[in-house]
Amino acid sequence: MATTLPFQTARDIRDAVSAGRVSAVEVCESALSRIEAGNPQLKAFLTVAAGQALERARAVDRDQRSAPLAGVPIALKDNIMTRGITTTAASRMLEHFVPPYDATVVSRLEDAGAVVIGKTNCDEFAMGSSTENSAFGPSRNPWNADHIPGGSSGGSAVAVAAGMSPIALGSDTGGSIRQPASLCGVVGLKPTYGRVSRYGLIAFASSLDQIGPLARTAYDAALALSVLAGPDPRDSTASQEPLGDYVGALSGDIRGLRLGVPRTMLEQGVDAVVSDCFYGALETLRARGATLIDIELPHASYAIATYYIVATAEASSNLARYDGVRYGFRAQGLRDLREMYEKTRSQGFGAEVKRRIMLGTYVLSAGYYDAYYLKAQQVRTLIRQDYEQAFQTVDAVVMPTSPTPAFKIGERVEDPLALYLGDVFTVSANLAGLPALSVPCGLTPNRLPIGLQMTGKPFEEATLLRIGDSYERDTGWWKERPAT
Amino acid sequence: MTLMSMVAFGMPDRLTRADVDRIATLARLELIDAEKDLFVEQLSHVLEYAEQIQRINTDGVQPTSQVLSRMAADRPDEPRPGLANADALANAPDPSAQTGLFRVPRVLG
Repeated sequence: MATTLPFQTARDIRDAVSAGRVSAVEVCESALSRIEAGNPQLKAFLTVAAGQALERARAVDRDQRSAPLAGVPIALKDNIMTRGITTTAASRMLEHFVPPYDATVVSRLEDAGAVVIGKTNCDEFAMGSSTENSAFGPSRNPWNADHIPGGSSGGSAVAVAAGMSPIALGSDTGGSIRQPASLCGVVGLKPTYGRVSRYGLIAFASSLDQIGPLARTAYDAALALSVLAGPDPRDSTASQEPLGDYVGALSGDIRGLRLGVPRTMLEQGVDAVVSDCFYGALETLRARGATLIDIELPHASYAIATYYIVATAEASSNLARYDGVRYGFRAQGLRDLREMYEKTRSQGFGAEVKRRIMLGTYVLSAGYYDAYYLKAQQVRTLIRQDYEQAFQTVDAVVMPTSPTPAFKIGERVEDPLALYLGDVFTVSANLAGLPALSVPCGLTPNRLPIGLQMTGKPFEEATLLRIGDSYERDTGWWKERPAT
Repeated sequence: MTLMSMVAFGMPDRLTRADVDRIATLARLELIDAEKDLFVEQLSHVLEYAEQIQRINTDGVQPTSQVLSRMAADRPDEPRPGLANADALANAPDPSAQTGLFRVPRVLG
């Protein structure tokens, strides 16, 4: 098993560990050597926790062999707190920060027998769509190292796509799980807002942030969600809503399911190759028994403008905590407190983070609050209502995840707005708090992956996973692997 | 943007250098000249794009600040151990182990 381990699913690893065919330590060693070989080029990981991981694996072999994720290696985006393991959010501000506690998702994964192998690269404080905003250098797409892997959870997508880890966690504020999953050819799930605890997630925009899994199959994403989801006394926004049977829902039967296609929205700005793959995927789903229904989302075209007002406003408030007092970076040679704040923040934050703090501060400032922030919150209501309306007649809304395949590193660095516009299909799910899943649905002629996105009703992740799993049964895209 | 909508919403056509200085002060950011020039351009560009939401009629529409339809149930308010003082100081740039406090530069005078 050890020789073929890198692309095993979490399900197969768990089964093999439980049956005693392989030890958690062997699995862990195999993952670590895969990382050692690939990470210098791809920069998926900022920290590899080899010592802690092997120690955990030994504990799993001893005590947790029948656990639901027994021996499964997990990579965590570096904005998820891990006790005793450096957690940087890919920022100079937290370069040497070692959390004194674990995020709830980390405790839950370890209770389920999983082994945390390291912390993945991302855009600084999860702000970006390419992982180029990492203070420690960009990750690279394993399908073509000249291209971005997407972001902000780019390192997590690379870790899964390159066979370094069967499951990785990301966080998704405007598409940061789904878009890199799409561009790296893996599965990415943003759960309903409140489905997974945010305790220990370094905050970006608190009304939009949600943790979720990246994996190679819908089954593995379902397995992970089963462990991650549920209420948490430490997060008052973690929902008490009953859990779905995420694994049990994967029946392959989608007969009679109604899928809404917002055709007007897809007419412009989508690469032809993405359109072709998307409509091809719809035919596959139709052949399996789903019904396609044209729908309208009248306010969808305002989603990006709305998102970049709401998200930056919340970010400017959340990032006020980085003041050089209690933790993190502090500038040197300071005369007084005011200078400490200003120099610390100016030297500690990168360009995109400063840009968003500036934008957020502006839209919240006296005289502009009503015109920007309040207005955006009202449009957010209209965007939610569009989906509520659509869900009167359909069970899920289908769209491409990203309008283009992965672009080249450096291509959009000079033009933030161009980068923001790439989030056109992902931000609505965050504004409306809805679950959304991206699954691989094709490759360009140059072998860059393309993703299909499904958005569901609140707390109906099981439906999305059933559709994704059904699609995998009829197609081989999820089996494709990068050459590197 | 038309004069009428500027009057209606009180928004500037584009950001000025003075706007950027004012926002940076509010955000406690000390920007170098090159950053200021860049942000005047880039933030104006983003704000011009964002202006499109002014076209939507939102009369009587409630704002959404969060999407939860039900807030989580209350939990018993029981005392639990918090972060130990040494753990809280472990990541501080200038901790005072002796007093168990965070040290900062002079605040007054």
